[in-house]
Amino acid sequence: MNTTIRFVLNGRPVSLEGDDERMLLWVLRTDLELTGTKYGCGEGLCGACTVMVAGKAVHACTTALKAIAGKEVITIEGLARDGKLHPLQQAFIDHGAFQCGYCTSGMLMDAAAFLREHSKPTREEIIRHMERNLCRCGTQQRVVEAIESVAARIGGPS
Amino acid sequence: MSAASGISRRSLFKAVGGGIVIFMGLDSLPGRAQDGRRIYPEDFNAYLVIGANGRVTVFSGKIEMGQGVLTSQAQMAAEELGVGLASIDMVLGDTDKCPWDMGTFGSLTTRMFGPALRAAAAQARKVLLTLAAGELKAGLAELVVHDGVVSVVTDPARKVSYGELSRGARITQVVDGKAVLRAASDFRVMGLSPQRLDAVEKVTGAAKFAADIRLPGMLYASILRPPAHGARRTLLDTSQAERMAGITLMSQPDLVAVLHSDPQLAALALARVKAQWSQPAAAVDTQSIFAHLVSNAGEAKSVASRGDSAGAQLRASQRFESRYAKGYVAHAAIEPHAALAHIENARATIWASTQTPFPTRDRVAKALQMDAGHVRVITPFLGGGFGGKSADAQAVEAARLAQLTGKPVQVAWSRSEEFFNDTFDPAAVVHITSGIDREGRISFWDYMVYGAGERGADAFYDIADLRIRSAGRSALDPTSASASLHPFAIGAWRAPGANMNVFAVESQIDLMASAAGLDPLAFRLKNLTDARMRRVLQAAADAFGYQPAVAPSGRGIGLACSIDAGTCVATLAELRVDPASGKIKVLRMACAQDMGLVVNPLGARMQMEGGLTMGLGYTLSEELRFRGGDILDRNFDSYQIPRFSWVPRITTLLVRNDELAPQGGGEPAITTTGAVIANAVFDATGARLYQLPMTPARVLRAIAEKKLQSRTP
Repeated sequence: MNTTIRFVLNGRPVSLEGDDERMLLWVLRTDLELTGTKYGCGEGLCGACTVMVAGKAVHACTTALKAIAGKEVITIEGLARDGKLHPLQQAFIDHGAFQCGYCTSGMLMDAAAFLREHSKPTREEIIRHMERNLCRCGTQQRVVEAIESVAARIGGPS
Repeated sequence: MSAASGISRRSLFKAVGGGIVIFMGLDSLPGRAQDGRRIYPEDFNAYLVIGANGRVTVFSGKIEMGQGVLTSQAQMAAEELGVGLASIDMVLGDTDKCPWDMGTFGSLTTRMFGPALRAAAAQARKVLLTLAAGELKAGLAELVVHDGVVSVVTDPARKVSYGELSRGARITQVVDGKAVLRAASDFRVMGLSPQRLDAVEKVTGAAKFAADIRLPGMLYASILRPPAHGARRTLLDTSQAERMAGITLMSQPDLVAVLHSDPQLAALALARVKAQWSQPAAAVDTQSIFAHLVSNAGEAKSVASRGDSAGAQLRASQRFESRYAKGYVAHAAIEPHAALAHIENARATIWASTQTPFPTRDRVAKALQMDAGHVRVITPFLGGGFGGKSADAQAVEAARLAQLTGKPVQVAWSRSEEFFNDTFDPAAVVHITSGIDREGRISFWDYMVYGAGERGADAFYDIADLRIRSAGRSALDPTSASASLHPFAIGAWRAPGANMNVFAVESQIDLMASAAGLDPLAFRLKNLTDARMRRVLQAAADAFGYQPAVAPSGRGIGLACSIDAGTCVATLAELRVDPASGKIKVLRMACAQDMGLVVNPLGARMQMEGGLTMGLGYTLSEELRFRGGDILDRNFDSYQIPRFSWVPRITTLLVRNDELAPQGGGEPAITTTGAVIANAVFDATGARLYQLPMTPARVLRAIAEKKLQSRTP
């Protein structure tokens, strides 16, 4: 349906005219030129397009615009605040938790949403949650270590 | 200083500005491929430029796909030049700016390009020191360099910076390979693990991949694909798609595409294109491929042969005959192939996710019927390559569509296209007949590989009587008569062929160890004099906390080793096999490798971990399902790659060997994964798995067969 969709993107109000059946991933990547959110599979199977909507991790490739109307959307471009990296971003650097970096945006967004709701996750809980994110370079061990280090440090919702 | 001759083919000075420019001369370096062909450099191009501001720009035809060469190359240049890492700017994979390069694969960047880059940087240092000697009126021996500043040892106040020396100098110098490289004991930048240069970009989403490049007026293309390889189109009806607003249709005999400024509408339009196809009957499928390979691989070529096989077979006290197999495996990088092409004023620029920017430039030039000098390929970050981004059909498709439409065009493959168009790791079969004598020495070895090629097939054990043959490899040799052996395209896949060969070799070694009544480590050491490999085996065993026991011990501990890309690597693993489901759970792995001088230890260890983790895929789950040219797996729902819960604790260890030039790092570790898991499964259950991947069904079958055998008198 052609309509006006309003939402808050990385702290700023956005208003878009057009078909509200369009997928958020392509709106972000083309209309808004926020290309940090990646296409990997198009069916919600790999996690590369994960963003936060109303504090929850969602797959932007299967989320229609109408589902985010009036909500707060945070993408990888909005994770760092006031020029300061989010603790998870810093931990990914410190633990070498990326190689090619293509899955990294989705990993970070899913982990950030997870830590909002789970203050002191166990290693097993982290692994179980991250299971839906695919990395082909084989950084999983370091991603888990990075998330563990932040969970131990903040010990509560971020 | 002599001006380099033969640079006129490109107005290089315009591109790079003033300052000291270091060129690579034609016959200056030992950069040669294994077959003796020259690989560096083919022409004169600048390797590095030192600007008046003291910043150093390094140009490399290599590309960054996660393996960390953006940083490690900067480290090599900084070290030899005598500047800090922060003074280096890297330009990678830009065919207009970088020295020619055949491509980023084969764990060759540090091994083959590294020496060229280090020599160029060392030469630059020599030039700068000579200039500084004149400027400071001092002898060369009196000078030291630190962070890009040359000073007199006895009078540090007398100093001059690289920037001051190069200002407006516009000096060219051809590398003669005579400048002495810095010794490992003096390293300040190499041998350390600084923060990766791409770190902040990659955690903030700022890093640009090919599909992230935007140009005004660009169109997104969706391309019509056949339902199967080998299918011919018999009917095409584009009328419905053409009725959509804003759609551009391009219809060529071999390329039908719909384009739109919104990629979703392009995809929707493609769904409205109607086509019919005639498909040849499927000759082979996932199950029948192995017999097909053996029957149709053609004449075998000899890889190695020594001794008197017939006599050795007679002397053997035990004889073993095995057949190993492995299906097709996809690259499945999380970034699908993408390219953006723009043609303006008879010049084409292509941003492409490619491991081979220069060959891609040439392919695009040919497709567009343009001079290669008018085509520029720029390579942004790659979201994984693993050998799969070398054919680059997407770059040619984007370029052709840009030429046809007169607009910038992006071609970004969907996941389904990515699976369909992949150049798969080939299915393969290995036959081994081998024997041991009463002392537990390998007395003969007869090895035949079909379809995987010979990498990793060469034996490093001490075997007097040996025959190794290979048939039917075409992935790296497109002219091979056996090119039609496979029902679809195959190609290089991280350590091409070695994953299959090492799986077979090290499984066979392991079953002989068990039959000899020796533990897997002792048997290997007994049959091995290679000092590097022995040291690495021992180091891996120590790191793992290995306690010797003859397999099957019931513990689920395995060992495997290989020599790949000049690197010796050994891995141990511990796992559990669920007897009810047949599911393998890997608990921990320890991996040691001797890769010679290590440029970036953390980067090297990440490659080892990454290789072992990726290897769990071809070992446990990955086997492409197909029926003739029809690719049945098209996404990550049915094609399972390693996930978080699969990954064990991995310990890595670099066995120091600074005397040896840097060897390969991206591939060696992954070659051990299949065998180390197979050997650990044997240790746990007494059942040996001869086929990859070791799916739960295959594990259960092997255990059932084992029970049946033990009941048979």
